[in-house]
Amino acid sequence: MNPTDLLSSHGLGWPDLLHLWLHFMLLSMLAVGGAITTAPDMQRYLVAQQGWMSDAQFTTGVAIAQAAPGPNILFVAVMGWHVAGLAGVLATLLGIMGPSSLVAWWVGRLRQRRADSRAMRAFTAGLTPLTLGLLLSTGWVLLSPSRQQPAAWALVAATVALSVRTRISPMWLVALGAVVGMLGVI
Amino acid sequence: MPEPLPEPVREHGPAADLPLRRPPSLWALWWAFNRLALQGFGGVLPVAHRELVERQRWLSPQHFVELLTLGQVLPGPNIINLSIILGDRFFGWRGALVAVAGLLLLPLVIVLGLTIAYQHYAGNALVAGALRGIGVVAAGLVIGTAVKLARTLKGKPLGLGLCAALGLATAVMVGGLRWPMVGVVLGLGALGMAAAWRGRAAPARGPDEPD
Repeated sequence: MNPTDLLSSHGLGWPDLLHLWLHFMLLSMLAVGGAITTAPDMQRYLVAQQGWMSDAQFTTGVAIAQAAPGPNILFVAVMGWHVAGLAGVLATLLGIMGPSSLVAWWVGRLRQRRADSRAMRAFTAGLTPLTLGLLLSTGWVLLSPSRQQPAAWALVAATVALSVRTRISPMWLVALGAVVGMLGVI
Repeated sequence: MPEPLPEPVREHGPAADLPLRRPPSLWALWWAFNRLALQGFGGVLPVAHRELVERQRWLSPQHFVELLTLGQVLPGPNIINLSIILGDRFFGWRGALVAVAGLLLLPLVIVLGLTIAYQHYAGNALVAGALRGIGVVAAGLVIGTAVKLARTLKGKPLGLGLCAALGLATAVMVGGLRWPMVGVVLGLGALGMAAAWRGRAAPARGPDEPD
């Protein structure tokens, strides 16, 4: 890789980058169950609407972030990288973190005065079922490159069972997935 | 893939009895968050508890759970929200920035490094296979989180029937029909919040709520 590749934005102009940044800022405010709940909309926007990356690239991006240490939110940076190099990383990461971080900072300064209020509880309780639906959608979207394979469904079922029933670290499940993939089963 | 839900935390561990401390400097704050981020494979929260509560004693176990709940109610990743609130509490906005930077900078370099390496070896069958397998596991981890979350719905102001209807409608609209998330979350979210508000107001249970 030569240094100019790092700075290349893959032909995306400023209007595109601005659009990307604004869309991720919008998702930031909607990410009430964590950033991963916005993955289906990211995929819809980046793959289906803009055609900036493929299904397989999207899922691979999430897989790379999963295999690396650090907060899971970094999958968003991989999306930005695929779309527009470092400029894309800045647009997606600052977008997805900006608005929600400002809100957190502000609420933190209120010193949790209202964390227990009826409105706050209604907010959480009312949104929890949506978070659940969004998580299921995310699983469905991540599976899109391998939905036709029965082996993939078996691996999903095993992962769900192990993560729900045991306290095994996700790291080992990720390693299991890598081995199964390398064996060519999936 | 998503941060695991807050596990019930030991309230009377060895850390509970010792006096709390403050980070001595911004540098110490950066190091602590950097260290916990680099140890967090597949989720940083369990490591965050060990580092911030047990090792550094910057937070009491109860306070950790409170901050985590707050971080979870707010939009955005809860570990990022927690670092912002904690950093701000100790050093103001500079603390918030330093904590988040400590959490993200090195892992970001690692993730981008892996991405570039992957682009070089994407043609390699072993590498491509490994990433395909990890992608499937990532899907399973997300679905597993949904299952764990579903267990917490019992005893909440919304009836189980309404919860299932809202969750399913969201999954179909966003995952199946690929409708933009904004409209779905604002529409169904308003519905859910209104129902939860009324559920609080009238604790008498409806006929569709078992138990």
